Amino acid sequence: MSNLIELLYVLVLAGFVGFEVIKKVTPTLHTPLMSATNAISGISLVGSLVAAGSSHQVSQILGFVAVTAATINVVGGFLITERMLKMFKRKERKS
Amino acid sequence: MAAINYPLEITYIIASVLFILGLKGLSHPESARRGMHYAEIGMFLAVVGTLLSGEIVSWEWIVSGIVIGSAIGTAMAIFMPMTAMPQRIAISHAFGALAAVLVGVNEYLVHTERAYSIMPALGFEVLFGALTVTGSLMAFGKLQDLIPGVPLTYKGQNVVNILLFFITVGMFVYLIFYPADTAVFFTMIALSFVIGVFLVLPIGGADMPVVLSLMNSYAGLAAAATGFAINNKVLIIAGSLDGSSGFILSIIMSKAMNRSFANILFGAVGSPKVDMAKLAEQRPINRFTIEDTKFALEQAERVVIVPGYGMAVAQAQYAVRELSEVLEKRGIKVEFAIHPVAGRMPGHMNVLLAEANISYDQLLEMDVVNPTMDTVDVCMVIGANDVVNPAARTEKSSPIYGMPIINADKARMVIVLKRSMATGFAGIENPLFYESNTKMLFGDAKNVLQELIAEFKKG
Repeated sequence: MSNLIELLYVLVLAGFVGFEVIKKVTPTLHTPLMSATNAISGISLVGSLVAAGSSHQVSQILGFVAVTAATINVVGGFLITERMLKMFKRKERKS
Repeated sequence: MAAINYPLEITYIIASVLFILGLKGLSHPESARRGMHYAEIGMFLAVVGTLLSGEIVSWEWIVSGIVIGSAIGTAMAIFMPMTAMPQRIAISHAFGALAAVLVGVNEYLVHTERAYSIMPALGFEVLFGALTVTGSLMAFGKLQDLIPGVPLTYKGQNVVNILLFFITVGMFVYLIFYPADTAVFFTMIALSFVIGVFLVLPIGGADMPVVLSLMNSYAGLAAAATGFAINNKVLIIAGSLDGSSGFILSIIMSKAMNRSFANILFGAVGSPKVDMAKLAEQRPINRFTIEDTKFALEQAERVVIVPGYGMAVAQAQYAVRELSEVLEKRGIKVEFAIHPVAGRMPGHMNVLLAEANISYDQLLEMDVVNPTMDTVDVCMVIGANDVVNPAARTEKSSPIYGMPIINADKARMVIVLKRSMATGFAGIENPLFYESNTKMLFGDAKNVLQELIAEFKKG
């Protein structure tokens, strides 16, 4: 039970930090924000890895599909975020 | 409870910090890419740390999953055109949520005892996960035009949805007390899948920014719940970041539409139809030709362009860039006014214009442009409709009354580039088109702009 409380602390504080940090994200970058948080939430990968890497066959199958799905998000999400961010340039122009 | 693996936990702490720094970078386009590198390093550390933690005893499934996933993810990132970005975002929420559901099911089936003791978290994980999977797939289908983008509604829809919702929640509560009931567990998951479908089907295309933000939030919550279920703090942290990001975006989007979540989720009751023919009969419109437009633009000192979903559909962003360059060469100041819900996802217009190589400091938020609108000589509305509808300010009976809009009508002249006189997504008549300072330029946005550019080049 004390462990559950500990996890709740983590949840509440992380949610708070997230709120403060993301509030400051410029609206121009809202799409990259979505794809970036999507890549980051691909962290479910670590849970999937443990399942796929266990000795239990059911876990291996479920874990395999989960690893595939989460990897698509992590790899694809970060790559596409970078691709988008590269486009946001500031032109030097004489005014 | 296994002994604490200190190196792994410390790796996770570092990863968590890097994730937060990564998102912090997004506060400005200049720091954004560095921020993403932090987040990538964080992810790499977390994965390698997990692989080396000693919990892994077999590798073949892991390696195949990572190889296949990387191949698909890379292909999607490289080959997907920017115009398909809303779809890509939608489907990636489905993947993330699917992983969460599967990890949850695995916990339930294999680590039975631990799973039973943490049933509230596990239940949340599979509930949110499952409805996000199908909800996101529906959103993907709508954005990809696989299913009709219009709201699909039937009589008694809300009753059915609410009933489904309560049955599912009832099962969840039951499982907290009787976690060993496998049949109920899987029925609950199945029902959540159904809820996801029913939740998004009645939501129309223009409300997609809210749906995508909500799904973003749910996918994060599912990941955070997974963290509770498998006692992993980095999952909770990353999940909460994702969850709060989706939450904030949903708030911004619904504020920009002056609608509540409930209204968006349950409000698809069909749009009121205005008698178009009658209105058009009563009030004449002013038509502009390409030459007229060129002449008007030449006289201007400051031009503001308001892009909308129509620009994305016509793929006109490159033509828009070219036009802005032509005008700038003549010493005319060109800016872009971007409404938060223009397009099909948060930031949609910004990405398209950035892709077309328009400098990000030319992209202005609605609140920045509005106070100076009366100093704008020409406001060009390209493929936008509801976000410039002055009825939102004046017409109490209008469905969009109260929605913040870009005050295009306050500009000295408004040129509306539009396919036809059809209404916008909301099906609402737009009085802007009949104002005396409004000129209508009909045609496909891309073709018209190209003709206009050619006209300018003629000299």
